[in-house]
Amino acid sequence: MPSVLIPTPLQKLTNHIDAVSVAGGTIGEVIDHLEKAYPGLKDRLCDEAGNVRRFVNIYVNGEDIRFLEEKATPVKESDEISIVPAIAGG
Amino acid sequence: MDKPSPYFSNLKCRECGKLYPKEAIHVCDFDFGPLEAAYDYSAIGKVLTRALIESRPHTMWRYRELLPIDGEPTVGTQVGFTPLVKADRLARALGVRELYVKNDTVNYPTLSFKDRVVSVALSRARELGFAVVACASTGNLANSVAANAASAGLKSYVLIPADLEQGKVLGSLVYGTHVVGIHGAYDQVNRLCSEIAGKYGWGFVNVNLRPYYAEGSKTMGFEIMEQLGWRIPRHTVVPMASGSLLTKIHKAYGEFTKLGLVDAAAFSVHGAQATGCAPISHAMKKGTDIVKPVPKPETIVKSLAIGTPADGYYAIHAMRETGGCAEDVTDDEVVEGIRLLAECEGIFAETAGGVTTACAKRLIETGRIPRDESIVICVTGHGLKTQEAIMGKCGEPRVIKPSLREFEEQIYQPDQQAHSAHA
Repeated sequence: MPSVLIPTPLQKLTNHIDAVSVAGGTIGEVIDHLEKAYPGLKDRLCDEAGNVRRFVNIYVNGEDIRFLEEKATPVKESDEISIVPAIAGG
Repeated sequence: MDKPSPYFSNLKCRECGKLYPKEAIHVCDFDFGPLEAAYDYSAIGKVLTRALIESRPHTMWRYRELLPIDGEPTVGTQVGFTPLVKADRLARALGVRELYVKNDTVNYPTLSFKDRVVSVALSRARELGFAVVACASTGNLANSVAANAASAGLKSYVLIPADLEQGKVLGSLVYGTHVVGIHGAYDQVNRLCSEIAGKYGWGFVNVNLRPYYAEGSKTMGFEIMEQLGWRIPRHTVVPMASGSLLTKIHKAYGEFTKLGLVDAAAFSVHGAQATGCAPISHAMKKGTDIVKPVPKPETIVKSLAIGTPADGYYAIHAMRETGGCAEDVTDDEVVEGIRLLAECEGIFAETAGGVTTACAKRLIETGRIPRDESIVICVTGHGLKTQEAIMGKCGEPRVIKPSLREFEEQIYQPDQQAHSAHA
């Protein structure tokens, strides 16, 4: 299963686990499965319309899903998914 | 532990307004909105006067009630209060009446505005008990973290894209910091830093210390107002990478107005980017506040090459709210901007300063900044750091033998000796 790196602000919802493996063939499915395992998580990542929130960045193997297919971005067994809050510059 | 500041009360989510304690946290648990320092302005209003500020040393800490630390500053106590240069020759070249350059190329100690943010971030890092500090950087921030951490006796790591300008790499290495070059663009460095910060409990100035760090930028705005004789300039042109500096100058103008330190006045903040990485400018021009990230920035302006600008959304709103504009310029215009500023004012800016100057020129030429109103352009870093960008584009020295005859034959031009500055 793809592994998802959980950022610090969300680890309260995952019992302080920083990486979890969840099923899913797309980012959207992965988010839904995360929600089943850790209720409340989807609300943090997505707004009322189900879109990924403005200040949330999701990457598949380091590539921003906004450059891929957003929530329809396919994921494979070996993929590493990162969830990262937007950060100030440099 | 210092006694809590009576003025700096909380961290607050910019999106939902939820309050948080003053810890090393940077995003809201609920919506990932950025946390920002919140103050008790009525308490500040009772103590902070022009006379009090003027009685203090010429550093950015003269505005300390409006900065988010509890005790006395302990890092970067000499930072700031850089010159506001009345730029009459540049004004003539651009055809405007009243123009100033806020010159942070000579900020202490590392010749960029980043010393302002680092001074606050590391002073706060010490209050919070961090022994290791770090940053993700396009170069200037790395230099400043390395230098200020060295003088404070803190261990530091700076993470940068591996292809930065030599001057910026050396300008970190010399302080004995750990310089880590990452194969990838700045946004990838940023992502890695965010993962490291959560894992090892380091004080990352632009990750978990961001609410403190970002506030340091306000001092550039405070100084501009004080140096103008306690007034807000009608127009301020600000370079944008993440967009944070622009939002903080906007905030600074608002805070001084709220505290009665300046009269309320109309002002516009304008944002400047390089066309090769202009996500904020492009969104602004399209009339949207949805900032489409740039996957592969391509510009000589590496210090502004942030493809996913965290504060882009807020920068757009600050520009809109004040009737400001965004503009972006090509690399050739950047080089021209650097030369124009240098030849007119004797100020050698890094590429970001070329962006600001060239964008100001365009905004003036297209009538978006009227020629008879006061203008400040923010020049944020020194040109010696980005020499590669203009190498070979400013001519070459003419080389002669140590011979008077050669000098007279090849160099001396009698008809030019009386000529004054070029127009």
